Amino acid sequence: MAGPMRIRAKLNGDKTTVRVLMSHEMESGQRKDSSGKLIPAHFIQDVSASLNGKVVMTAEWGPAVSKNPFMQFEVKGAAKGDKISVSWKDNKGDSRTDETTVS
Amino acid sequence: MQTRRETLKQSAVVAGLVASTGLFPQQAAAYEQAAFSAKNLADVAKALGASAPQESNAVSIGGPDIAENGAVVPLKASSTLAGVKRMLILVEKNPAALVAMFNMTDAVEADFSTRAKMGQSSDVFAVAIMSDGRALYAKKEVKVTLGGCGG
Repeated sequence: MAGPMRIRAKLNGDKTTVRVLMSHEMESGQRKDSSGKLIPAHFIQDVSASLNGKVVMTAEWGPAVSKNPFMQFEVKGAAKGDKISVSWKDNKGDSRTDETTVS
Repeated sequence: MQTRRETLKQSAVVAGLVASTGLFPQQAAAYEQAAFSAKNLADVAKALGASAPQESNAVSIGGPDIAENGAVVPLKASSTLAGVKRMLILVEKNPAALVAMFNMTDAVEADFSTRAKMGQSSDVFAVAIMSDGRALYAKKEVKVTLGGCGG
């Protein structure tokens, strides 16, 4: 099972910069193992982020996003102490949600 | 008096009707398989129902000129325009061009960064899909030096 995400949300004027580091293999489906067989793709497909429970962005990713993916975006209208939560779901149905507060 | 079976049947019909009107947002946001298997910018735009892509200086792509490690290339797509529906990041010479697609709401800026894998030196694109269906892009060349000399 995938490890926790590291999320930082830093208030910067009227915007909040959210940085997310996820823990995921992001296997592309292009690589071969030592016996020459293709390693099946295993990657995060859907990502969503919400501010105090309201979805502010979603993303769809392909297998070309790097291993242990990083994502950064800017949220408007957040205040200190607000809750930012990020969830992902991969192509095998695994998912994870983590949460942080704006600082 | 309704039997349980009739009730079940009716609720299935209602669910079918609701689904066909597209009231379930999670269905509207189904994974864009066609876009993620497209080979180039024009096909990606077409798969997402946007018009033919045009270059625009209101969209910008950020990334290194030379990436020493093709497995981790930081890329950033941003736009100063209002009315952006989606921001895309593409690497032209990857097996599938589309790397990531970010769906906007009013609560976020059109400014997203992530890290991509690149098999070889290639043009990379930031594309803004506007709510009126236009596709505006910016491009940049990123050289990948797998040898690690950093040239």
